Amino acid sequence: MLHLIGQVTGNLDGLKTIGKGLVIGLAAIGPGIGLGILIGKSVEAMARQPEYAGQVRTTMFIGIGLIEALALFGIAFSFII
Amino acid sequence: MSGLVASASFEPPGTGDFVFRCIGPSYRVFGQTFCFNFIILLIVLTTLIVIGLFFFAFRKPKVIPGKFQLLMELGVDFVRENIALPMLGPDASKYMPLLTTFFFFILIGNFFEVVPGFSLSASSRIALPLTLAMIAWITYNGAGIRKHGFFGYLRHTCIIPSAPGWLRYTLLMFIEFISNIIVRPITLTVRLWANFLAGHFLLAIFFVGTIFFLVDGPKTWILVPVSFSLGTVLVGFEIFVSALQAFIFAILSASYIGQALAEEH
Repeated sequence: MLHLIGQVTGNLDGLKTIGKGLVIGLAAIGPGIGLGILIGKSVEAMARQPEYAGQVRTTMFIGIGLIEALALFGIAFSFII
Repeated sequence: MSGLVASASFEPPGTGDFVFRCIGPSYRVFGQTFCFNFIILLIVLTTLIVIGLFFFAFRKPKVIPGKFQLLMELGVDFVRENIALPMLGPDASKYMPLLTTFFFFILIGNFFEVVPGFSLSASSRIALPLTLAMIAWITYNGAGIRKHGFFGYLRHTCIIPSAPGWLRYTLLMFIEFISNIIVRPITLTVRLWANFLAGHFLLAIFFVGTIFFLVDGPKTWILVPVSFSLGTVLVGFEIFVSALQAFIFAILSASYIGQALAEEH
Protein backbone atom coordinates (compact mmCIF):
# COMPACT_ATOMS: atom_id res chain seq x y z
CA MET A 1 0.00 0.00 0.00
CA LEU A 2 2.66 2.50 1.06
CA HIS A 3 4.85 1.26 -1.76
CA LEU A 4 2.06 2.10 -4.19
CA ILE A 5 1.68 5.56 -2.71
CA GLY A 6 5.42 6.00 -3.07
CA GLN A 7 5.22 5.04 -6.73
CA VAL A 8 2.30 7.37 -7.32
CA THR A 9 3.80 10.36 -5.58
CA GLY A 10 7.23 9.53 -6.93
CA ASN A 11 9.18 10.81 -3.95
CA LEU A 12 9.95 9.56 -0.46
CA ASP A 13 9.11 12.85 1.24
CA GLY A 14 5.42 12.09 0.86
CA LEU A 15 5.89 8.74 2.58
CA LYS A 16 7.81 10.45 5.36
CA THR A 17 4.97 12.89 5.90
CA ILE A 18 2.45 10.04 6.06
CA GLY A 19 4.72 8.27 8.54
CA LYS A 20 4.97 11.33 10.75
CA GLY A 21 1.22 11.74 10.83
CA LEU A 22 0.74 8.04 11.60
CA VAL A 23 3.31 8.10 14.40
CA ILE A 24 1.61 10.99 16.21
CA GLY A 25 -1.87 9.57 15.71
CA LEU A 26 -1.01 6.02 16.79
CA ALA A 27 1.05 7.22 19.74
CA ALA A 28 -1.95 9.16 21.04
CA ILE A 29 -4.34 6.15 21.15
CA GLY A 30 -2.87 4.22 24.06
CA PRO A 31 -2.14 7.19 26.33
CA GLY A 32 -5.60 8.57 25.53
CA ILE A 33 -7.26 5.40 26.80
CA GLY A 34 -4.88 5.29 29.77
CA LEU A 35 -5.50 8.90 30.77
CA GLY A 36 -9.24 8.34 30.48
CA ILE A 37 -9.16 5.37 32.83
CA LEU A 38 -6.73 7.06 35.23
CA ILE A 39 -8.57 10.35 35.56
CA GLY A 40 -11.98 8.71 35.61
CA LYS A 41 -11.00 6.40 38.45
CA SER A 42 -9.35 9.28 40.31
CA VAL A 43 -12.50 11.39 40.10
CA GLU A 44 -14.49 8.41 41.34
CA ALA A 45 -12.10 7.96 44.26
CA MET A 46 -12.21 11.67 45.11
CA ALA A 47 -16.00 11.63 45.07
CA ARG A 48 -16.16 8.58 47.33
CA GLN A 49 -13.52 9.74 49.80
CA PRO A 50 -13.33 13.56 49.68
CA GLU A 51 -10.98 13.65 52.70
CA TYR A 52 -8.31 11.83 50.65
CA ALA A 53 -8.76 14.09 47.60
CA GLY A 54 -5.36 15.75 48.02
CA GLN A 55 -3.48 12.45 48.11
CA VAL A 56 -5.43 11.05 45.18
CA ARG A 57 -4.78 14.20 43.14
CA THR A 58 -1.04 14.08 43.75
CA THR A 59 -0.83 10.43 42.76
CA MET A 60 -3.01 11.16 39.73
CA PHE A 61 -0.62 13.84 38.53
CA ILE A 62 2.34 11.47 38.85
CA GLY A 63 0.41 8.94 36.80
CA ILE A 64 -0.50 11.57 34.21
CA GLY A 65 3.17 12.46 33.91
CA LEU A 66 4.17 8.85 33.39
CA ILE A 67 1.47 8.12 30.79
CA GLU A 68 1.84 11.41 28.94
CA ALA A 69 5.50 10.68 28.26
CA LEU A 70 4.46 7.83 25.93
CA ALA A 71 2.44 10.14 23.69
CA LEU A 72 5.22 12.71 23.72
CA PHE A 73 7.73 10.06 22.64
CA GLY A 74 5.63 9.81 19.49
CA ILE A 75 5.90 13.54 18.82
CA ALA A 76 9.62 13.50 19.52
CA PHE A 77 10.29 10.52 17.24
CA SER A 78 8.18 11.97 14.46
CA PHE A 79 10.84 14.65 14.03
CA ILE A 80 13.59 12.05 13.82
CA ILE A 81 11.88 10.24 10.90
CA MET B 1 10.31 32.99 13.82
CA SER B 2 7.61 31.95 11.42
CA GLY B 3 5.38 34.91 12.10
CA LEU B 4 6.28 36.60 8.85
CA VAL B 5 3.77 35.73 6.17
CA ALA B 6 4.42 38.39 3.59
CA SER B 7 2.43 37.11 0.66
CA ALA B 8 -0.46 34.69 0.75
CA SER B 9 1.64 31.57 1.06
CA PHE B 10 1.16 29.40 4.12
CA GLU B 11 4.44 28.21 5.56
CA PRO B 12 3.81 25.74 8.40
CA PRO B 13 6.05 26.03 11.45
CA GLY B 14 8.87 23.49 11.50
CA THR B 15 11.84 22.51 13.58
CA GLY B 16 13.81 25.35 11.98
CA ASP B 17 11.90 27.76 14.22
CA PHE B 18 13.89 26.53 17.18
CA VAL B 19 17.34 27.25 15.72
CA PHE B 20 18.76 30.69 16.38
CA ARG B 21 21.72 32.66 15.11
CA CYS B 22 24.67 33.48 17.33
CA ILE B 23 24.87 36.84 19.05
CA GLY B 24 28.47 37.90 19.54
CA PRO B 25 31.53 35.66 19.25
CA SER B 26 31.34 31.91 18.86
CA TYR B 27 33.90 29.37 20.02
CA ARG B 28 34.63 25.93 18.67
CA VAL B 29 35.33 23.36 21.38
CA PHE B 30 35.72 19.68 20.37
CA GLY B 31 34.07 20.34 17.03
CA GLN B 32 30.99 21.91 18.61
CA THR B 33 30.08 25.57 18.29
CA PHE B 34 29.37 27.39 21.53
CA CYS B 35 27.95 30.87 21.47
CA PHE B 36 25.42 33.18 23.04
CA ASN B 37 22.03 32.98 21.35
CA PHE B 38 18.35 33.57 22.05
CA ILE B 39 17.95 30.34 24.03
CA ILE B 40 20.86 31.24 26.31
CA LEU B 41 19.31 34.68 26.73
CA LEU B 42 16.08 33.02 27.89
CA ILE B 43 17.94 30.79 30.35
CA VAL B 44 19.93 33.71 31.76
CA LEU B 45 16.76 35.81 32.09
CA THR B 46 14.98 32.95 33.86
CA THR B 47 17.87 32.49 36.26
CA LEU B 48 18.00 36.22 37.04
CA ILE B 49 14.23 36.40 37.60
CA VAL B 50 14.24 33.39 39.94
CA ILE B 51 17.22 34.74 41.90
CA GLY B 52 15.61 38.18 42.04
CA LEU B 53 12.26 36.82 43.26
CA PHE B 54 13.83 34.89 46.10
CA PHE B 55 16.34 37.63 46.96
CA PHE B 56 13.80 40.41 47.23
CA ALA B 57 11.18 38.25 48.95
CA PHE B 58 13.43 36.82 51.66
CA ARG B 59 16.10 39.53 51.99
CA LYS B 60 14.59 40.86 55.19
CA PRO B 61 12.02 38.25 56.23
CA LYS B 62 9.42 39.60 58.63
CA VAL B 63 7.29 37.72 61.13
CA ILE B 64 4.22 39.41 59.64
CA PRO B 65 5.02 39.10 55.93
CA GLY B 66 4.31 41.75 53.34
CA LYS B 67 2.39 40.93 50.17
CA PHE B 68 5.41 39.87 48.12
CA GLN B 69 6.92 37.77 50.88
CA LEU B 70 3.53 36.17 51.46
CA LEU B 71 3.24 35.24 47.79
CA MET B 72 6.65 33.60 47.69
CA GLU B 73 6.00 31.87 51.00
CA LEU B 74 2.85 30.43 49.48
CA GLY B 75 4.95 29.05 46.61
CA VAL B 76 7.58 27.53 48.86
CA ASP B 77 4.87 26.16 51.13
CA PHE B 78 3.18 24.58 48.12
CA VAL B 79 6.41 22.77 47.22
CA ARG B 80 6.85 21.66 50.81
CA GLU B 81 3.29 20.48 51.46
CA ASN B 82 2.46 18.98 48.08
CA ILE B 83 5.79 17.78 46.69
CA ALA B 84 8.43 17.26 49.35
CA LEU B 85 6.52 16.00 52.40
CA PRO B 86 4.27 13.38 50.73
CA MET B 87 7.18 11.90 48.75
CA LEU B 88 10.13 12.21 51.12
CA GLY B 89 8.65 12.38 54.63
CA PRO B 90 11.36 13.02 57.21
CA ASP B 91 14.03 13.68 54.54
CA ALA B 92 11.96 16.49 53.03
CA SER B 93 13.86 19.49 54.40
CA LYS B 94 17.17 18.11 53.09
CA TYR B 95 15.94 18.09 49.48
CA MET B 96 13.73 21.19 49.67
CA PRO B 97 16.33 23.54 48.07
CA LEU B 98 16.69 21.30 45.01
CA LEU B 99 12.96 20.72 44.57
CA THR B 100 12.11 24.40 45.07
CA THR B 101 14.71 25.38 42.50
CA PHE B 102 13.40 22.81 40.03
CA PHE B 103 9.82 23.99 40.49
CA PHE B 104 10.43 27.72 40.24
CA PHE B 105 13.06 27.54 37.50
CA ILE B 106 10.90 25.37 35.24
CA LEU B 107 7.77 27.41 36.07
CA ILE B 108 9.32 30.79 35.26
CA GLY B 109 11.19 29.40 32.26
CA ASN B 110 8.01 27.89 30.84
CA PHE B 111 6.05 31.11 31.18
CA PHE B 112 8.25 32.62 28.46
CA GLU B 113 6.24 30.43 26.08
CA VAL B 114 3.32 32.88 26.38
CA VAL B 115 5.16 36.17 27.03
CA PRO B 116 4.76 38.43 23.97
CA GLY B 117 8.11 39.21 22.39
CA PHE B 118 9.65 35.94 23.51
CA SER B 119 6.96 33.33 22.68
CA LEU B 120 9.39 30.50 23.21
CA SER B 121 10.35 28.46 26.22
CA ALA B 122 13.95 27.42 26.70
CA SER B 123 12.51 23.99 27.55
CA SER B 124 11.62 23.47 23.91
CA ARG B 125 15.29 22.83 23.13
CA ILE B 126 16.36 19.49 24.58
CA ALA B 127 19.53 20.82 26.26
CA LEU B 128 17.81 22.46 29.24
CA PRO B 129 15.47 19.55 30.16
CA LEU B 130 18.35 17.11 29.66
CA THR B 131 20.57 19.06 32.05
CA LEU B 132 17.81 19.27 34.66
CA ALA B 133 17.07 15.55 34.30
CA MET B 134 20.76 14.70 34.70
CA ILE B 135 20.83 16.73 37.93
CA ALA B 136 17.80 14.76 39.17
CA TRP B 137 19.41 11.46 38.05
CA ILE B 138 22.68 12.17 39.86
CA THR B 139 20.77 13.27 42.96
CA TYR B 140 18.54 10.22 43.32
CA ASN B 141 21.27 7.73 42.49
CA GLY B 142 23.72 9.53 44.78
CA ALA B 143 21.18 9.60 47.61
CA GLY B 144 20.49 5.89 47.19
CA ILE B 145 24.20 4.96 47.01
CA ARG B 146 24.95 7.03 50.10
CA LYS B 147 22.16 5.34 52.02
CA HIS B 148 22.51 1.69 50.92
CA GLY B 149 26.05 1.48 49.52
CA PHE B 150 26.72 0.83 45.81
CA PHE B 151 25.78 -2.84 45.61
CA GLY B 152 23.13 -2.41 48.25
CA TYR B 153 21.55 0.32 46.12
CA LEU B 154 21.67 -1.83 42.97
CA ARG B 155 20.00 -4.64 44.92
CA HIS B 156 17.48 -2.17 46.34
CA THR B 157 16.45 -0.76 42.96
CA CYS B 158 16.65 -3.87 40.79
CA ILE B 159 15.27 -6.67 42.93
CA ILE B 160 11.63 -6.91 43.98
CA PRO B 161 11.53 -9.03 47.14
CA SER B 162 7.90 -10.08 46.71
CA ALA B 163 8.40 -11.53 43.21
CA PRO B 164 8.79 -15.32 42.76
CA GLY B 165 12.42 -16.43 42.96
CA TRP B 166 13.02 -17.60 39.41
CA LEU B 167 11.73 -14.31 38.01
CA ARG B 168 13.30 -12.12 40.69
CA TYR B 169 16.89 -12.72 39.62
CA THR B 170 16.36 -13.08 35.88
CA LEU B 171 13.81 -11.15 33.90
CA LEU B 172 12.48 -8.70 36.47
CA MET B 173 15.97 -7.66 37.51
CA PHE B 174 16.78 -6.43 34.00
CA ILE B 175 13.41 -4.78 33.53
CA GLU B 176 13.74 -2.95 36.84
CA PHE B 177 17.30 -1.86 36.04
CA ILE B 178 16.34 -0.49 32.63
CA SER B 179 13.22 1.26 33.87
CA ASN B 180 14.74 2.71 37.04
CA ILE B 181 18.22 3.71 35.91
CA ILE B 182 18.06 4.24 32.15
CA VAL B 183 14.50 5.18 31.18
CA ARG B 184 13.72 7.57 34.07
CA PRO B 185 16.04 10.42 33.00
CA ILE B 186 14.94 9.98 29.37
CA THR B 187 11.25 10.27 30.25
CA LEU B 188 11.91 13.27 32.51
CA THR B 189 13.70 14.96 29.61
CA VAL B 190 11.29 14.07 26.85
CA ARG B 191 8.18 14.94 28.88
CA LEU B 192 9.32 18.52 29.48
CA TRP B 193 10.91 19.01 26.07
CA ALA B 194 8.18 17.57 23.88
CA ASN B 195 5.42 19.35 25.80
CA PHE B 196 6.91 22.72 24.90
CA LEU B 197 7.90 21.71 21.40
CA ALA B 198 4.31 20.63 20.72
CA GLY B 199 2.93 23.65 22.58
CA HIS B 200 4.96 26.07 20.50
CA PHE B 201 3.82 24.32 17.31
CA LEU B 202 0.19 24.57 18.38
CA LEU B 203 0.39 28.28 19.15
CA ALA B 204 2.40 28.97 15.99
CA ILE B 205 -0.06 27.04 13.79
CA PHE B 206 -3.05 28.98 15.08
CA PHE B 207 -1.49 32.46 15.01
CA VAL B 208 0.34 32.02 11.72
CA GLY B 209 -2.91 30.62 10.37
CA THR B 210 -4.77 33.70 11.56
CA ILE B 211 -2.31 35.98 9.76
CA PHE B 212 -2.58 33.83 6.64
CA PHE B 213 -6.38 33.98 6.64
CA LEU B 214 -6.22 37.76 7.09
CA VAL B 215 -3.76 38.23 4.23
CA ASP B 216 -5.34 35.71 1.88
CA GLY B 217 -8.36 37.81 1.05
CA PRO B 218 -11.99 38.51 1.89
CA LYS B 219 -13.14 34.91 1.35
CA THR B 220 -11.16 33.46 4.25
CA TRP B 221 -11.89 36.28 6.70
CA ILE B 222 -14.76 34.21 8.08
CA LEU B 223 -12.20 31.76 9.49
CA VAL B 224 -10.21 34.44 11.32
CA PRO B 225 -12.36 34.56 14.51
CA VAL B 226 -12.29 30.74 14.78
CA SER B 227 -8.54 30.50 14.40
CA PHE B 228 -7.77 33.48 16.61
CA SER B 229 -10.10 32.49 19.44
CA LEU B 230 -8.81 28.91 19.44
CA GLY B 231 -5.26 30.29 19.60
CA THR B 232 -6.22 32.51 22.52
CA VAL B 233 -7.76 29.56 24.37
CA LEU B 234 -4.57 27.58 23.71
CA VAL B 235 -2.50 30.37 25.32
CA GLY B 236 -4.48 29.74 28.50
CA PHE B 237 -3.93 26.00 28.07
CA GLU B 238 -0.17 26.58 27.71
CA ILE B 239 -0.10 28.51 31.00
CA PHE B 240 -1.80 25.53 32.64
CA VAL B 241 0.68 23.13 31.00
CA SER B 242 3.62 25.27 32.18
CA ALA B 243 2.53 25.00 35.81
CA LEU B 244 1.62 21.32 35.45
CA GLN B 245 4.97 20.39 33.92
CA ALA B 246 6.92 22.25 36.63
CA PHE B 247 4.84 20.39 39.24
CA ILE B 248 5.30 17.01 37.55
CA PHE B 249 9.05 17.42 37.10
CA ALA B 250 9.53 18.37 40.77
CA ILE B 251 7.20 15.69 42.11
CA LEU B 252 8.72 12.92 39.97
CA SER B 253 12.24 13.93 41.08
CA ALA B 254 11.01 13.84 44.69
CA SER B 255 9.37 10.47 44.12
CA TYR B 256 12.56 9.00 42.61
CA ILE B 257 14.62 10.31 45.53
CA GLY B 258 12.04 8.92 47.93
CA GLN B 259 12.14 5.49 46.30
CA ALA B 260 15.93 5.47 46.38
CA LEU B 261 15.89 6.33 50.09
CA ALA B 262 13.14 3.88 51.07
CA GLU B 263 13.91 1.23 53.68
CA GLU B 264 14.17 -2.41 52.75
CA HIS B 265 10.92 -4.21 53.37
